[in-house]
Formats: sequence, C-alpha cells, structure tokens
Amino acid sequence: MSKSKLNRIKELQLQASKIRKRTLEIIYLAKSGHTGGSLSCINILTVLYFHVMKIDPRNPKKEDRDRFVMSKGHSVEALYAVLASAGFIDDSLLETYGSFKSPLAGHPINKIPGIELNSGALGHGLSFGVGISLAAKMDKKTFRTFVLMGDGELAEGSVYEAAMSASHYKLDNLVAIIDRNGLQISGRTEDVMTLEPLKMRWEAFGWQVFEVNGNSIKDLIKTFDSLDYTNKKPKLIIAYTTKGYGVSFMEGVVKWHHGVPNEEQFKIAIAEIEEKIKNFKINKL
Amino acid sequence: MNTIPCRKMFTDTLLRLAKKDANIIAITTDARGSVTLDTFAKELPFQFVELGIAEQNAVGIGAGMASTGKKVFVCGPACFYVARALEQIKLDVVYSKYPVKILGVSGGVSYGALGFSHHSLHDIAVLRTFPDLHIVLPCDIYQTKRLVEELIDYPFPVYIRVGRNAVPNVYENENIEFKIGKAIQLLDGNDLTLIGTGETVYHCYQAGKMLREKGINARVIDMHTLKPFDNDIVIKAALETGRIITVEEHSIFGGLGSSVAEVVSQNCPVSIKILGIPDEFVVHGKPLEIFKYYGLDSEGIFKTAINFVEHQNKQIFKRNAIDEVHSSH
Repeated sequence: MSKSKLNRIKELQLQASKIRKRTLEIIYLAKSGHTGGSLSCINILTVLYFHVMKIDPRNPKKEDRDRFVMSKGHSVEALYAVLASAGFIDDSLLETYGSFKSPLAGHPINKIPGIELNSGALGHGLSFGVGISLAAKMDKKTFRTFVLMGDGELAEGSVYEAAMSASHYKLDNLVAIIDRNGLQISGRTEDVMTLEPLKMRWEAFGWQVFEVNGNSIKDLIKTFDSLDYTNKKPKLIIAYTTKGYGVSFMEGVVKWHHGVPNEEQFKIAIAEIEEKIKNFKINKL
Repeated sequence: MNTIPCRKMFTDTLLRLAKKDANIIAITTDARGSVTLDTFAKELPFQFVELGIAEQNAVGIGAGMASTGKKVFVCGPACFYVARALEQIKLDVVYSKYPVKILGVSGGVSYGALGFSHHSLHDIAVLRTFPDLHIVLPCDIYQTKRLVEELIDYPFPVYIRVGRNAVPNVYENENIEFKIGKAIQLLDGNDLTLIGTGETVYHCYQAGKMLREKGINARVIDMHTLKPFDNDIVIKAALETGRIITVEEHSIFGGLGSSVAEVVSQNCPVSIKILGIPDEFVVHGKPLEIFKYYGLDSEGIFKTAINFVEHQNKQIFKRNAIDEVHSSH
C-alpha cells in the first residue's frame, strides 16, 4: 500500500474518532439518543462523506450530487456530527440538539442541509433511494445513491419491495449498506427475527453483495473503491460492525441501543476516544 | 349522457401534458388497467414506472423521483394507497415535502360489491390530519381536466380521489373557474345549503333543483377541495342560510361533514346534517344502489332537506309560541 493511501486511511480514522467523540457529546448534552447504532455506523458514514461521495457542502442541493439516504434514521446523532464535520451545518448547531425548538429533530429532517429524506420509521429509505436512482437513469445522469439501513430494519417487508424493484430496473447506480451490528432494541437480531443467510437472500433478489468488516476504514475504502457502477446490478454492502464501537464498555451491549451515558460513563468514554485521537501520528508515517 | 369516467379524463389529460414535458412521470402498481394508464404506458414508456403490487414502494419511489425534480403521479386504487402506503405518504411525501400527486381511483364505494377491503371511506379523515397535504375530489370530467392542468406544477403534495364509473357532468364545459381550495357555488338560495364533494355534488345539485320546485331555495356548493378548506364560503352559507346539509361518499366521521362542523361550530353555529356512510360495514351493491340505500342520491338528499326545513320551522314555530305565552304573562 502506498504511503499516501496509508495516510488517507489514518486521516479518515482520525476523522471518525473525532466524529465519534462529537456524537457522544451531542447525546450526553441532549440526554437522549441512539448511542449504540450511531457509534456502529460512524466509520461507514465517514468513508462515504469523506472518501466516496461527490458532494459539496457549500452547495448541498447541487443537481448532480451523489445522494445519501439515512434509512436507519434513529442514528441521526452520528449523521448530524458527520454533517457538521463535513461543513453542511455549523458545529454550534449540534449543541441545540434535544432542546426546545431545535432545528435538529430526533430523526433526520431534510430542512437540514445534506439530508434528503425525513426518515425515522424503518423500511422507507431503500424505496426512496430506488426512486432517485431510477430518475437518474431516466435522465442519463451518473450520480450515485447510497442508502444506509440497520439490520433490525430488515424485518420490514417494504425493504424487499424496494429490493425487487432495484434489480428489476437494473439500478447499478444504487448502493445499499447494512450496518450489521447484530443487535436491536430487544436483543440479538437472530433471536428477534432470523435475517440469515443474509447474503444469499439478497443475491436471490438479484443484488451484487459484498461483505466487509464495517469497523475497518481500510476495508470499507477497499470495498467502495471496487464497486462497478455499470454492471446492471444494485449493490449491497453487508458491513459487519460492532454496536457501540469505539467505547469498550458499550461494545456489543444491547442496553446502549438508546442508552445515554451518565457523567462518569461519559468521561470514561470520552477519555478512551481522546486517547485514540492522541495516538494518531498521521504526519509521522 | 357522459360516458367518460373521471379517471380516464385524468389520464388522457396527463398523457397530453406529459408528451410536452418529459419530467412528468406516472407510477402504478399493476393497476394500469384500473387507472386507465395503458395508453400512457404504450406511448410514453420512459415516463411510466410499473412496480407490481407494492403500494408502499410506489409512494417511496415517487418521493425519491420527486426529490430530483420529477413531476410524479402515483396512481392506483384509493383503498390500497391510503391504507397500505399511508406511512410512505406521511413521511416520504408529506413530511419530507415532496410534491407527489397521489391519484386514488375507484374511491369511496366505487367497488361497492367487492367488500370492505375495496372501499375507501376513511381516506379524507386520515389524510386531512397531515399538514400541507392537499385533498381534491373533482365532481366531473371537466373539473378533472382543469384539475390535472393545475396539478402539474402545483407545489404541494395532493391526494386526488375519483370514482370508477362515468358520472353525469355537473358543468357544461371546461370553461369553469377552477382553483384548488376555492369552492364553487352552483345554486344560490337562502333557505338552506347543500354541500357536496366529488360524486355527491351532482346529487346535491339535482336535489337543489328539485327543492326549488317545492319553493325551497337551497344554496348548493361544490366543495371539490377538502384541504385547504374554503372556510369563507361555509361561514357565509351558515350566516345567510341558517342550516347546512353535507353529503359525502365517506364515513360520517372526519370527512366533509366534520370539516364543515368544525368551521361552523366555532364561527357561527347553525344546525348541520351530515349525510355519509354510517359507522358500519357498507352494504354490498352497485355505487348508485349504495348511494340510494344511505340517502346520498338526489332523492335522499331532497327528503332529508324537506324534513330538515320542516322540522326546524316547527321548532321555530314552537319556540315563538312559547315566547308569546311567556311574554303575555
């Protein structure tokens, strides 16, 4: 791997850690949020916003922008932190989250620059993404659409209506990502409702499926870089992640689905992330 | 006698306009026959999207396409769209502010004999609570034509409900003043007001003419738009006529009658009779048979109006007599 590529990976890792810290701060301040699922998808969001997508924070409605649809809307704290980090919104706005009349709702709202769909109920984002992709095909535009779904969300039947239509219309400009952290509010996804064999199911729906370590910025970059947007197939990336990723005591613990840290827990969590940030030595590589 | 159903006028007009505007898109869910989109699909295949029997997906996709600037018409049976796809209407379209047009065909009791699964008598009540979603029920083909023309660049999401069968025209031609949100007065009168929407407008109009022959001057209003609601015309009618009968092909809960009652009771309380489908599973039959059974046809409206006026006159007479007795003491 070239030195510049390694540097790029380090940069994004550092960025993701900063976003992780900010996400926790938002949740702690608001005393509300979906901590576990926000932390599990931050690396995916970071790679999308800072590596994959062609977007312009100064011109968020640019016609030919790549589109991102946050179907797992409850992880909105991560999205807000990413949007602030990318420059779509002012960082100070984050401090209003959870307060009376804050423009930042508890689920994505497209009054906020950079957000396309008001989500929050699950199983909506993929159809919306199919619609964008279909319109792009009609207009012979080359922009792409990325939809992030949770794994618990996959029990919603509407997801499969969308999946069918995406392959029927050969939408190779559509990429769905599953934040496969294996947990949902009531416990393990496989105990709540069996999702496996996930890869096989989506392949049977006509999708090209990739499996990747979703905690690894490096692996995510590699997978996204390898995508072929001309192969007539919609693409699904199953990103195996850890719920609560980056904060040891939250990792893989179901109560952090929407648990909010108390002062002590918050301090421990922030200290762990700051330690990680300190250890990045990008320029010394 | 008109033989063109409103749905056909809707799609013919849409096709004509779509030929000049490649951004106009028609989406349906295995309902191109029911909606009468066959010609559209044949002539403009690249502006037509078939999604199979999947209403949720259709509305979600419609919103996604609208987000790129497409002028989207999602079309299919009203009963399915305003139940199965309600959350997509609520979030993807209304909350996300994408001006998708949802055409619910064969609404109300159009599918009268097919049972409750196919009736849509709840749609207005439910959709009326969504902010910025406009609701229009045109009453004949001329109004439908004018409506489609207005809808193309209309900046709000709109739910349109039309029936399945051809219905008699209310208007003589398409040269009518039509504007979403502005009700139309068909007959003037000060004895009472009849307000209809969609297919009941014709019956109100006929009843109004019949009443006239009996010396009762009924004001008749075509309330084609249920949202935004034309409060002014209702308040004026209440003030000037003193009593109102509303007639709708919808549950008596939450529709036209409720809308009128909300306005009247808070501004100028007068007596109101709400004619619609009562709180029961609808009797099976042809639409006109059902209209007749529940008193929503011109004959039924006429009878209700006569009783309403006579009863109220008696009440007034009684009250006056009591007042006289009291004052003489």
